[in-house]
Amino acid sequence: MAKIRRSEKREMPALNTSSLPDIIFMLLFFFMTVTSMKEVTYKVTIKPPQATELTKLEKKSLVRYIYVGTPTDEFRKQFGAETRIQLDDAFAEISEIENYIVNERSAMSEQDQGLMTVSIKADADTRMGVIADIKQALRRAYALKINYAAAQRTSY
Amino acid sequence: MAKGGKKKVPALNASSMADISFLLLIFFLVTTSMDVNQGLARRLPAPVPPDQKEDVSKEIKERNLFVVKINSLNQLLVQGEEINIKQLREKTKEFIVNPNNDPNLPELFTEEIEGLGEVTYTKAHVISVQNDVDTQYQAYLDVQNELVAAYNELRNEYAKQKFNGRTFNELDEEEQKLVQKVYPQKISEAEPKNYGGNK
Repeated sequence: MAKIRRSEKREMPALNTSSLPDIIFMLLFFFMTVTSMKEVTYKVTIKPPQATELTKLEKKSLVRYIYVGTPTDEFRKQFGAETRIQLDDAFAEISEIENYIVNERSAMSEQDQGLMTVSIKADADTRMGVIADIKQALRRAYALKINYAAAQRTSY
Repeated sequence: MAKGGKKKVPALNASSMADISFLLLIFFLVTTSMDVNQGLARRLPAPVPPDQKEDVSKEIKERNLFVVKINSLNQLLVQGEEINIKQLREKTKEFIVNPNNDPNLPELFTEEIEGLGEVTYTKAHVISVQNDVDTQYQAYLDVQNELVAAYNELRNEYAKQKFNGRTFNELDEEEQKLVQKVYPQKISEAEPKNYGGNK
């Protein structure tokens, strides 16, 4: 008869985890390549509009962003619920755009200046009056290459 | 100390390596965002000198002009006709090509283009987008998107027919320039006006 031997404790062999770092590193590199660094922390909420004929923004260093949307909850008290513009890390007025673009452009090297693109990241519910004002400001600043940031449309 | 026999190097304890890389991974997950930066690329017209009045519609013949108006309720008025956004693409394509030489659609020019031979196309057409101050951004972008889509489809069709089945994006730069010459993107944007609606 087989006896169940309990007294003899069999130890579990230690799991070999030496390849675990490699796996994690692989994951890390995967994420590093497919994601992009956040440019700024948003102070406005932006739900991007949808479109189908999209082109990718190629050279990151040549792109400047203008964020348009309603202030996030923490800034609502201070700035109200109306559509606001954010340049870099701060709220701005439309009159400041021209200066901002000119400053940013003069900081670029000479051969890059003509290639500068301005990406307008605006909320889908923004009224066109604000966008038109921004466009006029960009025209005055001679930043004619623009890009309306949008998400890929999945359904009509 | 000088004992014979090689001393074994003790194995480095690498068990915390996983923790370190996990930490790095999580750091990157937090600081990066997945969204790719893409959008509708457009070009603004150069600024007009202040002493000059901005008026483009004057010199353009009426048949060459395609007017798309968007009102404050995001409704479309195309060439004086109220239409749905889904019909816009077809209508735009018909306007750009003018396949039946319709006298109400833009003039056709037949020209010799180097590398393509004789081409008949509507050289002078202009699409004008006019929107209201209260138009929703999404509606405006929908219109822009359909217009660009119309051009892209036409360019693709033309490229496929001329360059044995390759799409516009598969052509090299020279060939793309030729196709762009036949179908130049001419979308002009007027300043927003208040077209009716509640004020």
